[in-house]
Amino acid sequence: MDFFTHFGRYLIMLKGMFTKPENTKMYWKEFMRQCVDIGIGSLGIVSIISVFIGAVSAVQTAYQLVSPLIPAQTIAQIVRDTVILEFSPTLVCIVLAGVIGSKIASELGNMRVSEQIDALEIMGINTKSYLILPKIAAAMVTIPLLVIISMVLGIWGGRLAGVASGILSADTFDRGLLSKFIPYNVFFALIKSYTFAFIISSIPSYYGYYVKGGALEIGRSSTKSVVVSCIMLLFADYVLTQLLLTH
Amino acid sequence: MIEFKNIGKHFGENIVLTDVSHVMQTGKCNLIIGTSGSGKTVLQKCLVGLFEPDSGHIFYDGISFTEMKTQARKELRQQIGMLFQGSALFDSMTVEQNVMFPLDMFSKLTHGEKKTKVNEVLARVNLEDANNKFPSELSGGMKKRVGIARAIVLNPKYLFCDEPNSGLDPQTSLVIDKLIFDITKEFNITTVINTHDMNSVMEIGENILYMYNGQKEWTGTNEEIIFSKNERLNQFIFASNFLQDAKDMRMLEAKGIISDDRNMEEMLKNGDKLSN
Repeated sequence: MDFFTHFGRYLIMLKGMFTKPENTKMYWKEFMRQCVDIGIGSLGIVSIISVFIGAVSAVQTAYQLVSPLIPAQTIAQIVRDTVILEFSPTLVCIVLAGVIGSKIASELGNMRVSEQIDALEIMGINTKSYLILPKIAAAMVTIPLLVIISMVLGIWGGRLAGVASGILSADTFDRGLLSKFIPYNVFFALIKSYTFAFIISSIPSYYGYYVKGGALEIGRSSTKSVVVSCIMLLFADYVLTQLLLTH
Repeated sequence: MIEFKNIGKHFGENIVLTDVSHVMQTGKCNLIIGTSGSGKTVLQKCLVGLFEPDSGHIFYDGISFTEMKTQARKELRQQIGMLFQGSALFDSMTVEQNVMFPLDMFSKLTHGEKKTKVNEVLARVNLEDANNKFPSELSGGMKKRVGIARAIVLNPKYLFCDEPNSGLDPQTSLVIDKLIFDITKEFNITTVINTHDMNSVMEIGENILYMYNGQKEWTGTNEEIIFSKNERLNQFIFASNFLQDAKDMRMLEAKGIISDDRNMEEMLKNGDKLSN
């Protein structure tokens, strides 16, 4: 199938999600379940990655800033800005594309192959609306929150590594953090995280929902969904950066 | 009653159904039989709206299903129960949650009332103690019974069963057949069953549609099928020697050569080969 067929079917799927829910309470329950699965379920991996990303960026920045003319607090500024602008939204979302994306694609794929989706359709339930919408909505709510947590933990990791390895003192790091802070960067990171959340939940939903075949195809569609999500995410990253950070 | 006229369906170059027409009667077990690839499942999926037929019309109690708007279809589907070949139970839910799901979605009953209803339905399919089990903990026959319980919990007017006996031993198959038959009579449901299990055909086939190569080949009852002169149908139903013997025996019974109280042991001892 060519790109336009996939894209057209993807748009039809998204359009199909927006119908009146059969039972709002059940949809809310499903949304909350997805919030727990996506949000709480990914908190551990996001925390670990974020701390180490911050720590590594602090040490590597110090390694590259060899000139004595550059004050040590610059390290904190660089750690802060790279974590907020790129590492937390992009790197964390790439990891989440793997974690959440494969889970969504294989869950829906398994439901499709084992006729559970057909069973819901027969009951008179709009499966696009009941199965996909709560996943996308939950991702849009929880992923930006995870990104914010990641920013905090990333910066804290940088501070921890900087102090522990004797690169700079805690005071110097804190001064650097407050120096030349641009709040717009956080806004930009949130815009990115909303966009990425949509990409990494809707693309795997598409691949899982329309899977045909058996276990092998579920695996294939899961892998494909992660690959396509990552490519789309990086493409969106470039476009957003170009649009929002260049004047 | 479900009536369909001139149903046609193709996938790309592959023509799956051609001008299939039949009436599925209320309060009866209506069977769609045929070899693998004859179009049974596609026909059933067209009837429930999982596939859109390319041509023809489907009527549920005289109301055109093919021309129905989405919302009307959704409402009609609440009167349809379906048992899938693989049972299609929701893996993450217990038996009770699976059966309660349609009630949660569509009824305004209190939790207590729903629970009572679920227990009633589970008792009806002889699964009183399975409420808290997950589908992975159930045998094939139990899964089918949970599937039936979920299909009938909203008191449907129409029940569809896709290969209800696939993967089951003959004894469990009989139990499932009897259960479907009893439920059909008890609730006066229009039941449509896809099968190629000849035991089911002979046990519960009150109105049989035999499909061959995507077309209607023969219709009749389980009483008539055994005496059918249709060559393709005979090839299908008498694929096993056992059934050929059964047919010969019925012929002999009909001619008065043997009686129902015949001594089978004696006949076998004498080496009677009925089909010869």
